[in-house]
Amino acid sequence: MNNPYDPYPVRIREIKTETADRSLKTFTFEFIRKADEAAFSYRSGQFAMLSVPRVGEIPIGIASSPSEKGIVKFTVFKTGKVTTVLHHMKQGDVMGLRGPMGNGFPLEQMTGKNVLIIGGGFAFTTLRSTIITLMQPGLRDQYGTIDVVYGARNPGMLLYRDELDQWNGQPGINMHITVDGTDDPDWPHHIGFVPAVTGECAPESTGNAVAIVCGPPVMIKFTRPVLADLGYGDEAILMSLENRMKCGIGMCGRCNIGQELVCKDGPVFTLADLNKTPGEF
Amino acid sequence: MIIINKTDLAEVMTRAQETYLLSGPVETFHGHTFRHLEPGQAPDLSCHHTLLSPKAVVFPPSDPLLTFSGDDWAGPDLADLPPQAAVGIRPYDAKALHLLKYNFDTPEYKDPYFLSRFENLTLVGLAENHPDPANFSVSCGTGPFDETCLDMLLVDLGDALAGKILTDKGEAFARAAGLDPIPAEKKAAVASTIAELKTRAENAVTRTGSFGSLDGISTLDLYEQIDWEALAFGCINCNTCTFVCPTCWCFDIQDEARGQKGVRLKLWDSCMSALYSAHASGHNPRRQGWQRFRNRFMHKLKYFGDKYGAGPMCVGCGRCIRTCPAGIDIRTIHQALSRLEAVT
Repeated sequence: MNNPYDPYPVRIREIKTETADRSLKTFTFEFIRKADEAAFSYRSGQFAMLSVPRVGEIPIGIASSPSEKGIVKFTVFKTGKVTTVLHHMKQGDVMGLRGPMGNGFPLEQMTGKNVLIIGGGFAFTTLRSTIITLMQPGLRDQYGTIDVVYGARNPGMLLYRDELDQWNGQPGINMHITVDGTDDPDWPHHIGFVPAVTGECAPESTGNAVAIVCGPPVMIKFTRPVLADLGYGDEAILMSLENRMKCGIGMCGRCNIGQELVCKDGPVFTLADLNKTPGEF
Repeated sequence: MIIINKTDLAEVMTRAQETYLLSGPVETFHGHTFRHLEPGQAPDLSCHHTLLSPKAVVFPPSDPLLTFSGDDWAGPDLADLPPQAAVGIRPYDAKALHLLKYNFDTPEYKDPYFLSRFENLTLVGLAENHPDPANFSVSCGTGPFDETCLDMLLVDLGDALAGKILTDKGEAFARAAGLDPIPAEKKAAVASTIAELKTRAENAVTRTGSFGSLDGISTLDLYEQIDWEALAFGCINCNTCTFVCPTCWCFDIQDEARGQKGVRLKLWDSCMSALYSAHASGHNPRRQGWQRFRNRFMHKLKYFGDKYGAGPMCVGCGRCIRTCPAGIDIRTIHQALSRLEAVT
C-alpha cells in the first residue's frame, strides 16, 4: 500500500530572497530519485507539504509551472517553526516533499475565455505558476485576453520582480501592478489597493471571462463587489483558500468548511460553491 | 455456536494469544479502558463500559508515522503485523470502527497505518445485557446485540459465555482459541436465552426516536438558524467528548526530536480546541468556543451523513454524555436540530 505520509526526498538547488524585508524566500527543489519527479506530476494551483525532518511539515502552494521541468519551486513566508528553520536552510540541504495535493485551477475548462488574475501579497505564488502555464506557446492561443492585477504593500514586497518586468512588456498579457504606497517618485506602476485598481483596469465580463482571486481576506472581501460590478458571476470567480492543514489528504479534519475539505476538495473553489458552504475560511 | 465456561476464560485467551495480539477491557486506576493485553492477561468481561473507546486498537492516540535519523527517514513495516483480536468490544463500538474507515479509506488516499490494523483485526464482540441510561445505540442503527460489524458475538449467560460465529475471521479465532461447539441438546435453550436477553437489553436502551442525518433541512439553515451560542452555553471546550468518542478521528501531526534522532507522530487532536483551526497568521475561522461546538455537532449530525450517506457519525455509546462536565447531551442537540427540521 502506497504511504501518503512518506515524503519524496528533495535537495535544495537554489534559494532566492524575494522581498526587501527578507521575509519571503523562493526555494527551488530537485528530486533526488528521478522516478519521484514523474510521480510528482502537478497542475497550477495545487500545493504540497514541505517536510523538514525532525521539525515538521507545512502546506505551501506550488509556485513553479508544470512546464518548468526538473524542478519545483515554493515561495515561503517566514512565520512559524517550520518556515523559520526552512529560511535557515542552505543550498544542497536535503528535506522532503509530499504531494501534489488539492485540485488546482481548472484551466482546461477556461479555454476560449478571457482570464483575469487578481493577486495580493504573497498569495501570488500559485498565480505565478498559472501565468507561466497560460503563457506557454501551445496554450496561449486557447485563451482570450489575460489581465493580471497584482498588488503588494510597497515595491520591496513584490514577488518575482524580474518576471513581472518581463511580462510587463510582453504581448498577450496586460499587467496592472500596484502598491499600497511608495516613496519612489519614479514608480512606474499604480499606487492604490487591489480592489480599486481592479475597478479601474480590469476588463468587464459579458459572461466570457473568468477571474482567479488569491489574496488576504480583506482584499478578497473588497474585490468581490468590484467583480460583480464588472459583470463576473459567482460561478466565474475562482478562489484558492488556505485553511490550516496537517495531513493534506482529507483525513485529519481541520481544514473543513462544512463537509468540504480545503486540502482535498479544494483549495480552489468557485465563489458560487463557497456560497453554499458555512464559509469558515 | 460455541460456549466458554468463565472459569476457562484465561486459558482460552492464552491459547488465542499464540496466534493473536489481543486487546480488551482492562481495569486501571481511572476505571476500565480498552487496551492491548499482556501475555496471560484475560480481558475483564465484567466491565460495563470502557472510559475510552476501543478506537485506539486501529487508531492509537500516538502513532509513529516516520522515524528520522539525520536527514533520512523511514516508515514502519506495516506488512507483517500480527493478527489482532479485540475481545469484549461492544457491538456499537465495533460499528464505530467501520465508521472511522470512511475517513481513512477513500478512493483517492488510503491511510496504511489505520487500514493495515483494521484489515488484520478480528472483532470478538460482547453483547451488553444491561445498557445504562446514556446508551441510545438502537436509535443510531446499531444496538447492544448488533451483529453487523462483528466477527463473533459473545453473550454473557452468567457462568458461561455463548459465542455466535459470524464470519470466517470469527471461525478462525474460534479454532485458534480452541473453542468448543455448544452441545447439540443445549443449542435451542441457549438460543432462546440469547433472544430473551437481546429483547430485554434493546427495550432497556433509551429511545430518541429517529437519530438520523437531518436530510430534510439544509446545512446552511442548520448552521445559521439554530441558536448555537445558547446550546453551547455550558461548554468549556475541554475536548473530553472528542477523546472519549469512538467515531472522532481528528488528528495532528508533530515531529519530536532529540539531536539527530526524531519521530513524526500522528496524534489524536480535537476540533474543540482553538489551536486546531488557527492559521499561522493568527486568523481562526472558528475563533469562538461556540463556533467549534457548532462544527463538532454539525460534523456528527449533518456533514458526515450528507457526505457518505451512512447515517450520523455517532453510535450512541453515551460516553460523551457520561463524561461531559457541563452535562451537554448530544440527544438534546439533535432534538434542537430536528425541531428546526419540523418547522421548515
